[in-house]
Amino acid sequence: MDIKILGSGCTKCADLEAVTRAAAEDLGIDAAFEKVTDPAEIASWGVLATPALVVGDEVVLSGRVPSPDDVKRLLSER
Amino acid sequence: MSSHDRRAGGGAASSSTAALAASPFSAAVRRWGPVAAAAATWWLLYRFNRPFWDWLLFDVLGLDPLSRLGESVHFFFYDVTKITLLLSGIIFVVTVLRSFMSVERTRALLGGRREGVGNAAAAGLGVVTPFCSCSAVPAFIGFVAAGVPLGVTMSFLIASPMVNEVAIVLLYGLFGWQLTTLYIASGLVIATVAGWVIGRLGLERWVEPFVFETRLRGKIVDPSVGLSWDDRLAMGREEVATILRKIWPYLLVGIALGALIHGWVPEAWFAEHAVGPMGVPIAVGMGVPLYSNAAGVLPLVEALHDKGMPMGTVLAFMMSVVALSLPEMILLRRVLQPKLIATFVAVVATGIMATGFLFNAVL
Repeated sequence: MDIKILGSGCTKCADLEAVTRAAAEDLGIDAAFEKVTDPAEIASWGVLATPALVVGDEVVLSGRVPSPDDVKRLLSER
Repeated sequence: MSSHDRRAGGGAASSSTAALAASPFSAAVRRWGPVAAAAATWWLLYRFNRPFWDWLLFDVLGLDPLSRLGESVHFFFYDVTKITLLLSGIIFVVTVLRSFMSVERTRALLGGRREGVGNAAAAGLGVVTPFCSCSAVPAFIGFVAAGVPLGVTMSFLIASPMVNEVAIVLLYGLFGWQLTTLYIASGLVIATVAGWVIGRLGLERWVEPFVFETRLRGKIVDPSVGLSWDDRLAMGREEVATILRKIWPYLLVGIALGALIHGWVPEAWFAEHAVGPMGVPIAVGMGVPLYSNAAGVLPLVEALHDKGMPMGTVLAFMMSVVALSLPEMILLRRVLQPKLIATFVAVVATGIMATGFLFNAVL
């Protein structure tokens, strides 16, 4: 599973990555993480507010740091 | 815009709590009980803040309320408590209310608006939309590439940091509601007019060309949709913790400096240095580099005002601190050429100075 964390290095982006990594581990998902910090690329995903989470080639969350349960649900839906 | 897929960003998190609750009533008690208890505690603390410090510092510790030391120490503890309470309470409420809004929704509302009305709408939406200046660049690209005019986008980007909840809370706590109302109204006017001017100047050629070429491919995820009340309340709590964690050092230093000025700096010094006609430009010039420290700067400004700094100068200083920030300029350099950034700063600074002079003359 390809997971991208979109955000230009704010603390919330780090929080999102941490919570997502933990969720993937809990679910036993083999995930490849990528950080996208280039604003142009972030914008091209249609994201207006960072941090945002991309799973595969779909934006699943933007503008906030989700709870661990939220991320698990988002990941297990895919 | 209507074809956007409004996917839920959250939601299922509340189902576990619902299962635990026996009835809708007890579910409501579980959710709102802690909120009501916190509100009651908050009110008690706020109500007894002054009597408590009066009692502890003057009665128990025996400080003289009329001495410089007594006055400064009291100012420090009373103000720290008061501002922390105001910040916690208002940030919580504002965050919960704002969780119903999102930048995505704002963009949809602004799409297709003409300049003028669009600028005013953008300024108003800048106040109510939850927005962090760290998202300024993707938001800028997303707005402009979706066809929101440059000037309207700028109105949003100016209003959002200028009329922010931390500044409003501090102004209210330190200066009362009249000045806070003035601040909000003039902030909205400056954002509307400055964005309109930038739009009229036709500066699209000074926007980095890639912005207009950006193709928006992703699906829109609206973060305000699909949240339960529990999610929204949790967001409020987290935001209070995040902001307090971020600003407490500035707050303490600012209030400590304010307390020192309060007790020790003579009024004659300020009458000479900060009150003349140069006060406003000096205040704006000092305010620009002092970014993100609204929390630290305002208690200081309160002390300055106490010593005779006029209201217009106070407002101008406050506005330049929050509205024109170097880090945001550096971020925006990715999408705006230096000439446009300079124009942006010049237009906004002019608006702020005009406000300062106006209120110095009127109030």
